[in-house]
Amino acid sequence: MDFNFTETQEMVRDGLSRLVREEYEWEKRGEVIASDAGWRPEIWAQLAELGMLGMPFSEEDGGFGGGAVDAMVVMEEFGKGLVVEPFVPTVVCAGGFLKHAGTAAQKDEHLGGIVAGSSLFAFAYAEPRGRFDYANLETTAKKDGSGYVINGHKAVVIGAPWATHLIVSARTGGAQADKDGVSLFIVEKGADGVVTRDYPTVDGRRASEVYFENVAVPAEALIGEEGAALPLIERVTDEAIAAQCAEACGAMKVAHTLTVDYSRTRKQFGVPIGSFQVLQHRMVDMYTEYEQSVSMTYLATLKLEAEAKERQLAVSSAKVRVGQAAHHIGQEAIQIHGGMGMTDEMQIGHYFKRLTIFDAEFGNVDHHMKRHIALAKG
Amino acid sequence: MNLDFSPEELAFRDQVRAFIAENYPKGVAPDGLRDDLEPEDMLAWHKVLGEKGWSVPAWPEEYGGTGWTPTQRYIWGEENARVNAIMPLPFGVSMVGPVIYTFGNDEQKAQHLPGIRSGDVWWCQGYSEPGAGSDLASLKTTAVRDGDHYVINGQKTWTTLAQHADWGFFLCRTDPDAAKPQEGISFILVDMKTPGIEVRPIKLIDGGYEVNETWLTDVRVPVENLVGQENMGWTYAKFLLAHERSGIAGVARSKRGVEKLREIAGTEQQDGAPLMEDFDFARKVSQLEIDLSALEITELRTLAGEQAGKGPGPESSILKIKGTEIQQRLTELTLEAVGHYGTPFYPSISDAGSNDYPIGPDYAQHASATYFNMRKTSIYGGSNEIQRNIITKMILGL
Repeated sequence: MDFNFTETQEMVRDGLSRLVREEYEWEKRGEVIASDAGWRPEIWAQLAELGMLGMPFSEEDGGFGGGAVDAMVVMEEFGKGLVVEPFVPTVVCAGGFLKHAGTAAQKDEHLGGIVAGSSLFAFAYAEPRGRFDYANLETTAKKDGSGYVINGHKAVVIGAPWATHLIVSARTGGAQADKDGVSLFIVEKGADGVVTRDYPTVDGRRASEVYFENVAVPAEALIGEEGAALPLIERVTDEAIAAQCAEACGAMKVAHTLTVDYSRTRKQFGVPIGSFQVLQHRMVDMYTEYEQSVSMTYLATLKLEAEAKERQLAVSSAKVRVGQAAHHIGQEAIQIHGGMGMTDEMQIGHYFKRLTIFDAEFGNVDHHMKRHIALAKG
Repeated sequence: MNLDFSPEELAFRDQVRAFIAENYPKGVAPDGLRDDLEPEDMLAWHKVLGEKGWSVPAWPEEYGGTGWTPTQRYIWGEENARVNAIMPLPFGVSMVGPVIYTFGNDEQKAQHLPGIRSGDVWWCQGYSEPGAGSDLASLKTTAVRDGDHYVINGQKTWTTLAQHADWGFFLCRTDPDAAKPQEGISFILVDMKTPGIEVRPIKLIDGGYEVNETWLTDVRVPVENLVGQENMGWTYAKFLLAHERSGIAGVARSKRGVEKLREIAGTEQQDGAPLMEDFDFARKVSQLEIDLSALEITELRTLAGEQAGKGPGPESSILKIKGTEIQQRLTELTLEAVGHYGTPFYPSISDAGSNDYPIGPDYAQHASATYFNMRKTSIYGGSNEIQRNIITKMILGL
């Protein structure tokens, strides 16, 4: 049992903490998320230079041999600064698919670009009617000669406006929600028939509705085995959940600190509101929720390499607990900030919004509670 | 970072598991409930452990501790919880023992520590008073110096199991004129057979007699029984409370409780299927289990900090709050699970002495009493509101 970070991990934390503090300052972030681009390629280039984008890949794949704990450290720091750049879609999701199931040729073609920062990926899995079921797909990929033709509509694809490539889940066989018949493809975003409608998200990121209209891809675009991608999707999204739990922990920590600091300075009835016991205890409960979330993020992260059931139990437990804490801390932080908490000007509202949206990504509290119940049954 | 036990820790686990299997006294409270126990049953395991030298693992080795790491102590707790072992009572082992070896003199150590280790001497705690609960420092019981003795007068309450106690540790006011209420208190050891002590049982809502009122009228105690310095008792009392809080999370025991709850809900029928198949109920059980794993990792993180040399800090207040909330929800869900059979009143075995056949399933018999009893956990040991005050001050810095 060991809860210590390695020296390298501490260095990564310090480096990113400095980057977020010095180059991602609040005013600058506000300008950038309101700009046409919506993100900062130069930050992405810096992350590549720092080795962050190659961190989870083995050295033979051109990476730095890190693991889930390293991703946790990175995401916690990103959460503190509400970093919008697409680390999870590109490095954790696309990187994860390629790492676990990519052919040598696919790794050759794509990992180098991810590590160098020149390839950005988005993971197009959600659909308007599929909700949180990765297998409930109306998007199809039909065999056509040696390749496939993809048709369908993918919903709220985070990071798609910035992406060079998409990873797309599509049905190659079976009925709409069958566990079998799900396949994954790498699609160039510029391919003929890929139509996107880009928009900002409420938490400062960018996403797209992506329409596939007879998009032809070669056989080499298939990741893993045809029709057998569901376990792979579950594995990689579990990794993404652990990473986003870490991001939420970072955001919750800042939301809590901002709230305690505000309560020290804001005076009512002639005294700082932080002297009121009714608020003190609520801020203690926020702190307790945060600490429990850190614990659950550790649990999920450290169980990612366990066998599937153990991994899923840990990840669903974490997503439930952290999802509940994210709502609790976000709502309480706004309440304790009072009217000021409602203003766009204060930082707290932006943390609240990110913590709110976190819940629905990769399955919300209810979804993961159901998964926990099913797994615990035996 | 990893959650695995080392090979040495796994070997240790096997060793203590085997020891418990071979040596745990047969027939003592197989369901792990304390309220129906005879006093000798409560001490049975303590005495075995005293012989083995394992009754006070957390103490320094020079006073009989085992020298186990915090992780080994955690494993020890887990293994005992697996079999619902009735552990040594905390009053000697976790409360007064550490105060005596930390602040007591050599005579006091020689007189008291062996009996605590062996389980031969039963201790009780004289802290709370009718007018001094969360505001413990407002206590009024006085100890007035008269030659070689203190003369103690006052009333203590919630003295747990004082009806069986040989000795008690009491907080008494020795300087009524001190500038702050905390500054005039002393920590005094009292032989419970001293004339002038009257212990009156208090009947609790679960029907049991776990706690007492203790009246002290002109109780003459030799001055040698003062621990540490006169008027410094508050410092020792706070030290003791911090010790009391570590281990208060009760994770291992709650894990066993959740298993048992799943068994009960797998047996109870509702709408022609086991209750465990009911989504609303299953959801509550899953929520409890999820919160319990969060608590478990939080406790392990605290232990790891201790192993690295950090003492039990204000984080232990989080363990107290979450641990007791979970214990309470567990007993609430267990009561909910047994349905109608939470209703009959079952007098405790020691009270009834009858051979009536039980009403309803065995697992239902303690469900409501245990639920009622466990409401105490968020009140004792510094109420959960007091724990929040501690976190406010020590962690939030407000």
